[in-house]
Amino acid sequence: MAGPPLLELDRLSTHYIAAQGARVVRAVDGVSLRVEAGETLGIVGESGSGKSTLALTLLRVLPPAARIVGGRMLLDGEDLVQKTEPEMQDIRGKKIAMILQDPMASLNPLFTIGNQVAEPIRVHEHETRRTAWQRARALLNAVRIPSPEARVKQYPHEMSGGMRQRIVGAIGISCEPRLLIADEPTTSLDLTIQAQYLNLLRELQRQHGLALIFITHNLGIVAKMCDQLAVMYAGRVVESGPVSRIFNAPVHPYTKALLNAIPRMDDPDRRLNAIEGQPPNLAALPPGCSFAPRCALAMPRCREAAPPEFTPEPGRTAHCWLAEPAAAAGRLIVSGAV
Amino acid sequence: MTVIEAAGLTKHFSARRGVFVGKPGTVRAVDGVSFAIGNGTTLGIVGESGCGKTTTAKLVLGLEEPTSGSICFEGRDLRQLDAAGRRRYRKSVQAVFQDPYASLNPRMRISAIIAEPLITNEKVTAGQARHRVDELLELVGLPAHAADLFPHEFSGGQRQRIAIARALALSPKLVVLDEPVSALDVSIRAQILNLLRDLQAQLGLSYLFIAHDLAAVAHMSHTIAVMYLGKIVEMGEARALARAPKHPYTEALFSAALPSHPDERREEVLLPGEVPSPIEPPSGCRFHPRCPRAFTRCAGEVPALRNLEGRLVACHLYDAAETDPAPLPLMAAQIMRT
Amino acid sequence: MSIPAEIARRSSPLAAVRKVRMRDYPVIPLAILGIVTLVAIFANQLAPHNPEVGILTARFKPPFWQHGGSTEYLLGTDQLGRDVLSRLIFGARISMVVGFTAVIFAGALGTFLGILSGYLGGWVDQVVMRLTDTWLALPALTFAIFLAAIVGPSMWNIVIILGVTYWTRYARVIRGEVLALKEREFVRLAIVAGCSKWTIMRHHILPNVINSAIVLGSLMLGVVIIAEATLSFLGVGVPPPQPAWGLMLSDGKQGLMVGYWWLTVFPGLGIMLLVLSANLLGDWLRVKLDPQLRQL
Repeated sequence: MAGPPLLELDRLSTHYIAAQGARVVRAVDGVSLRVEAGETLGIVGESGSGKSTLALTLLRVLPPAARIVGGRMLLDGEDLVQKTEPEMQDIRGKKIAMILQDPMASLNPLFTIGNQVAEPIRVHEHETRRTAWQRARALLNAVRIPSPEARVKQYPHEMSGGMRQRIVGAIGISCEPRLLIADEPTTSLDLTIQAQYLNLLRELQRQHGLALIFITHNLGIVAKMCDQLAVMYAGRVVESGPVSRIFNAPVHPYTKALLNAIPRMDDPDRRLNAIEGQPPNLAALPPGCSFAPRCALAMPRCREAAPPEFTPEPGRTAHCWLAEPAAAAGRLIVSGAV
Repeated sequence: MTVIEAAGLTKHFSARRGVFVGKPGTVRAVDGVSFAIGNGTTLGIVGESGCGKTTTAKLVLGLEEPTSGSICFEGRDLRQLDAAGRRRYRKSVQAVFQDPYASLNPRMRISAIIAEPLITNEKVTAGQARHRVDELLELVGLPAHAADLFPHEFSGGQRQRIAIARALALSPKLVVLDEPVSALDVSIRAQILNLLRDLQAQLGLSYLFIAHDLAAVAHMSHTIAVMYLGKIVEMGEARALARAPKHPYTEALFSAALPSHPDERREEVLLPGEVPSPIEPPSGCRFHPRCPRAFTRCAGEVPALRNLEGRLVACHLYDAAETDPAPLPLMAAQIMRT
Repeated sequence: MSIPAEIARRSSPLAAVRKVRMRDYPVIPLAILGIVTLVAIFANQLAPHNPEVGILTARFKPPFWQHGGSTEYLLGTDQLGRDVLSRLIFGARISMVVGFTAVIFAGALGTFLGILSGYLGGWVDQVVMRLTDTWLALPALTFAIFLAAIVGPSMWNIVIILGVTYWTRYARVIRGEVLALKEREFVRLAIVAGCSKWTIMRHHILPNVINSAIVLGSLMLGVVIIAEATLSFLGVGVPPPQPAWGLMLSDGKQGLMVGYWWLTVFPGLGIMLLVLSANLLGDWLRVKLDPQLRQL
């Protein structure tokens, strides 16, 4: 991994500030991550973990109540936090694109498919209508829409869910961005359609050298698609590193519990390991580690001080006292437990 | 002993297409489906949207009347039951639905929500009802003071517990679980799945479990039925079916399921195209246009479900194999017993 | 573009204003409605004169601050020498009684039929909806005048007339809500639990549409008060000598040409303030009672 990464987040924090500052929701709190060009990062978390706010922060399309309160987001060495709004408009769609969960809501029902795929090309690359439409047809072809000649003149309601999602994908890659953020892109799709779509995304990634960020609650998607994984809990990245390393030897008790909570096809009779309790309220986080109240391995220390970032192995991080070098013995307990 | 047996269950809806000159069409939502659910066992139904699994659930719940075919409850045909018998059936079959936010009336207290089936169906005093509510809350792992609160004071997982408590109020024999965990977070999902399995063991409940998460279905079910466009294409013992699918559609579906581990490498069977409209399903085998192993016969002839080594499969690939000539519902029941 | 709508808007002064309006009680409308209600209740104690009997020698006296006015008649007298202030006070009673009862009557009828129509569907729905279509095609006021001409003017007849004129709006709105509610899972679970249609409509549907009915009612209050005033103005409303505000407007309109402005301006102001407060209150209630808006 020579040279600077494509995207580097450095202690990025986004807070929702309500009631004149009386209520602060720390949706994203001191997140540091790296994404290399052409690599796939999975960001996993439950609802309220801040993963979607992180996605909105990357594009700087936050709702009015949210503020980026600290940190840097370096894309190719340039800090996106410092960019002005017109500069960001140039970056959105051109350098970073996004695919959202609901393909029906992402497409405007009043415009033809051709118009919507060609729009970013015309806006960002100032192409003529003719060339833009030509490229739109090529893009539909690339996302395997049959007979793109006819499809460009059709409207979103004339397409099936899977086709719409592929069109959203086509819009996403239309200006050949460096980074594509996919926020739960397949939750509304059927299994066989999801498999088609994920393969398509991987192929596009290979062809265009795209970096992908998958935001999902589904560890299966991460296992299938991603190189790197970041696990979020209560606004923080509690563990990050290469996917197969984390799946094989999770360090953070939350990651471990999460991996044991999903039913597995190859072992259907195993009792699932439920994580008791509820995710914490982001406006009133417990002192110390936010996972401590639900953690089976919590120590008195966990409730007093939030653990800093530790490096259990090169390329991996974990926010857990058990990963502290001095507590190496403790780590053995984690991997041996349950 | 079977709780419920469906034979040749069929439900057609009329659909008018086009705004002005619509020619009436028929949606064959469920087309000749037979199954049986044994005491204390779970039948899982899997399939993609439009396969008829939800309509099947509605037929079992009596929310829809079948176009043809029959449902037998404890050996007696529902159509031949008198009013008292029907009432007994209603009391014995309850449901838990997907959305924990929509399944509780926001204007009722938890105690009223849980007690409603009881008060509607049985003569109970307020004190008895309250006692039962407390019992049920304890059964699903909620504190007794929950009874006096309103639904909005609970999280999704807790609401789903309340929905389960309500479904159990009348001590039913069969509970229809229509995507009961799809709307929940991963860690909460495991809690609810464990709870459902514990309740089954404790109370001898039967479940009809519908979900699109194949691993969850395999985890919960004793028998799995795979549906495609209104028909059962394969049915059999859960683990065997998940491990070695026989029907090409089952094979593709299970191969499309997301891996639970990044090192898990599977052969992927990618299906072309999407599920066709159930208004004009393909001729012959409904799966043949997408089937990687289709041959001429598949387009012309509807394959019958036949018993293949203890499994029911509807596919021409197995025409040559020796089959059991027993009538279908009987076979379904046989499979349940094995 | 695949990016969600431009939502990076920073909070503007407008947003601050909106926040204040949503959070705080609508003090002014509530105060006006409260005062009018109190005045209506204690009309007998508050009114300095008998509103229906005048002294002919004291006709067309201006308000006290104008030349020729006196503190005996604070807001002047009308063409029959009746005290305008006393007539306003008793007129408030009529406006409030007619307004509230007509809205409640229309609301009860419309909500009941809306729930039946939405939940039962089928021919019940067809009948109720065709009925409302027909009803809405008739010009409401003309229809009300027509009815008034048949049954004859009296305060309670007006209540019934306005009720049967305006129930259709409730029926429409409530039916729409019921159609959405009917598909909610808790209604389906109630069917599974064995609840009768009647129980479901009463326990599961009605409590969930009652908020909409209340909001609609507060907005309809203004409409109904104006309609009553209009009917009275046209002479088919509350019969004289009862002091309805619309009737006062009607009686005073000739005086406007010769400078007797107090005969029309005061009742006009009364109607305007009442309707305005009802509408503001309705707006506020809509925000307050709608859980989706409330979360903002």
